[in-house]
Amino acid sequence: MLEQLSWKVGGQQGEGVESTGETFAVALNRQGYYVYSFRHFSSRIKGGHSNDKVRVSLKQYRAITDHTDVLLAFDQESIDLNVKEVREGGIVIADEKFNPKAPDHVRLFVVPLTKIAEECGSAIMKNMVSLGASACVLGLPISIFAEVVEERFRRKGQKIVDQNMLAIQRGFEYVKELGGALPEFALKPADGTRRLFMMGNDAIALGAVAAGARVMPAYPITPASDVMESLIRKFPKVGGVVVQTEDEIAAINMAIGAAYGGARAMTATSGPGLSLMMEAIGLAGMTETPVVIVDTQRGGPSTGLPTKQEQSDLFAALFGTHGEIPKIVLNPATTEECFYIMGDAFNLAEKYQCPVIVMTDLQLSLSKQTTDPLDLGRVEIDRGYLASESDLVPTPQTEEFKRYKVTETGISPRVFPGTKGGIHKVTGVEHLESGRPNETSPNRKVQMEKRMRKLRGVELPGSVVRTGDADAEVVIVGLGSNIGAIAEAVERLRADGLKVGHAHVHAILPFPKGQLEAAIDGAKKVVVVENNATGQLRHLMAHFGVQHDGIDSLLKYDGQPFLPSEIYQHVKGMF
Amino acid sequence: MATVKDFRNDVRPNWCPGCGDFAVQASIQRALAAMGKEPHEVAVISGIGCSGRISGYINTYGFHGVHGRALPAAQGVKLANRNLTVIAAGGDGDGFGIGLNHFMHAVRRNMDITYIVMDNQIYGLTKGQHSPTSAKGFTAKTTPEGNIENALVPSQIALAAGIGFLAQGFSSDVNQLVSLIQQAIEYRGFALINVFSPCVTYNKINTYDFFREHITNLDQVEGYDPTDRAQAMKTVIETNGLCTGLIYRDDSRVPYEDQIPGFQQTPIYQADLRLDPAVFDTFVKEFA
Ligand SMILES: Cc1ncc(C[n+]2csc(CCOP(=O)(O)OP(=O)(O)O)c2C)c(N)n1
Ligand code: SF4
Ligand SMILES: [Mg+2]
Repeated sequence: MLEQLSWKVGGQQGEGVESTGETFAVALNRQGYYVYSFRHFSSRIKGGHSNDKVRVSLKQYRAITDHTDVLLAFDQESIDLNVKEVREGGIVIADEKFNPKAPDHVRLFVVPLTKIAEECGSAIMKNMVSLGASACVLGLPISIFAEVVEERFRRKGQKIVDQNMLAIQRGFEYVKELGGALPEFALKPADGTRRLFMMGNDAIALGAVAAGARVMPAYPITPASDVMESLIRKFPKVGGVVVQTEDEIAAINMAIGAAYGGARAMTATSGPGLSLMMEAIGLAGMTETPVVIVDTQRGGPSTGLPTKQEQSDLFAALFGTHGEIPKIVLNPATTEECFYIMGDAFNLAEKYQCPVIVMTDLQLSLSKQTTDPLDLGRVEIDRGYLASESDLVPTPQTEEFKRYKVTETGISPRVFPGTKGGIHKVTGVEHLESGRPNETSPNRKVQMEKRMRKLRGVELPGSVVRTGDADAEVVIVGLGSNIGAIAEAVERLRADGLKVGHAHVHAILPFPKGQLEAAIDGAKKVVVVENNATGQLRHLMAHFGVQHDGIDSLLKYDGQPFLPSEIYQHVKGMF
Repeated sequence: MATVKDFRNDVRPNWCPGCGDFAVQASIQRALAAMGKEPHEVAVISGIGCSGRISGYINTYGFHGVHGRALPAAQGVKLANRNLTVIAAGGDGDGFGIGLNHFMHAVRRNMDITYIVMDNQIYGLTKGQHSPTSAKGFTAKTTPEGNIENALVPSQIALAAGIGFLAQGFSSDVNQLVSLIQQAIEYRGFALINVFSPCVTYNKINTYDFFREHITNLDQVEGYDPTDRAQAMKTVIETNGLCTGLIYRDDSRVPYEDQIPGFQQTPIYQADLRLDPAVFDTFVKEFA
């Protein structure tokens, strides 16, 4: 019996590929399996090949595999494009309708998916027939789909629910008669623990509400839109507001206005939007306004690969703004971390009164994965240095409140408009403690140093997490969603008896120089694994002075996430 | 109760003597005092330009952002604190050039804020380039042989975009301007006051005299009905936008913030941000 298995469904976009994958994944997640799904899609609504790959396992993996055990094909193109990765002796289940052909290395089950669906009530239920067929191959009872089907179709009435369950059953039986109940594909039963199943964007939205975010202006863009769509549904319950703005420039300026007004405000975008936001991010830095920007990276530059994986906005996030400001850039790697990091992001933004960019990547943002329970109790809200009653100026105010008071830490008290005795000025022009514009050289130095002092010498705890062998010969450095592929490669390399470590970077600004140096200390070689063409993280290590003679890169910029085997092979070759 | 004096601070504006923006500053101060506002209840959010400096010259909360983005920032402030009187202000370049997109959408969105544009048909701060409201044939540093583009007429654009409150003022007529600003602030929704505010240094064409000569004051037009949108449109077409007074007002509009599902009367900046665990559980259930 199998402890893990990769299943894939392919067809034309708009043909129900996504819902088939989703139903399959949710049903298995609820059985207690760990599930990790990856969607291959393009930026069109109908037509074009798309597929959904789901990895099911008894232990958690956060990466897709290079091979597929079972391929479900709604058209010949899905076979042609994907059969190469179906392993020797693997299964292809295909609709009789298109007279499918498959190479000899796989076992082809031709099932009249559409015909059975029509007999059950409607051709659109062919996905359900295909799920029943899959269940048979994997040795799973069709009852695992009952709950999901009930939830999805309840609104349409019991008849529809029954028809769908019948379709699943017919698919199951048909494949069983073909001899498709194959013991070598049967999955070991899972423990039945019910965990969550979500994508990074869901976790970011949940984390944002939990962290007290209440204003979110944003402009739609893949792969960030889910964050605003999710918050639109949640905010009415907590008195928050999402504004779909006219563009990203409006979004960030509105968020800054709201943050200045006293709200916890955020926006979410991807590379093109991040580029448009740069001037205002500088404004947030200059005016010391706490604002959180989520950048769900996708393939750049320009429109680039809008629906594909990449990690190429690192330089933009760090250096995109003209002038110099203190800024924080956080890089979550898992769904759980996406949730908790939003609390950190707002607390850090308000503590240091500066913009915070939370960077995900497409794979993390969109891949649905089994997720541990999220603990609201762990989310703290700390609004930083707010003026107390005694800090306020007697009224009628003859002088301004010192919003930009020069302090040892560089952090000054904040007060929100509407507060008596708190009137001050805010400007993107260099200014005095009162916020009044002042461009004299001595004041410029004082205020620039005050701002830069806030983060000087700071390394956020947990910016680098080091796992694997303490005395590793090779340390793999990675960030974002590559955590899963790297972890799996490390596991295999160590099983081969090699000494390997994994240093995962969870924040790139303030750059964790000390933590990274400690993480690679003693290693003969270091390889930085990242989804871009120029090795941005590796350049940052050099830029910030991380010392090591043997640093190399493993880069991938074809739009696809790393496979564990690619990292495994590369690192194996380094020994 | 606060008086005009309470809305003044001791900052000396760096505007040229005679600049129309002085009158706008004074009118805002007088209007706020006349309405019984307290300085801390008001925030002026301005863009970049000579005019954009205005938020520093009035003793209220003031936010001076980036060029062209006063309106998005002002709308953000309003969302965070719906009790605040929010005034956005800036120049013709700021509002109708780089920021025109935001203007159209702020009109559409209709939050309860007042937008005051100091329209001098020129880029003042950058020393005399033509602006989107410069007339055809207008000569400036960037149009030495005369402007070959057509002027954009803010009042026409505002009406076309569906604005609920539209007025125009002139820096020479402070009494009218004070009254218009008061009405605009009282109006529940997005209000534009486009003010002809001459730049005495770089615009030698659209001078005080030019406006005195060309403006139609609607206050003096017998039978003008500012609730009639068609008449308003006809007027701004016939005068080519060169009219002052209350041009259009529709009191049936409901501001954006009153329509946001679940939005509370307590301003967000004062709300308890902690999430009720029971609500959190309902959110998480979706993923169970
Ligand atoms: C993004 C950006 N581009 C250009 C500028 C330069 N700039 C500052 S003010 C201004 C135009 C000012 O004209 P207007 O808005 O009409 O204001 P006025 O000075 O006439 O009151 C320009 C182009 C800038 N500050 N920011
Ligand atoms: S340059 Fe023109 S707009 Fe600027 S302050 Fe002088 S007169 Fe006013
Ligand atoms: Mg101007």
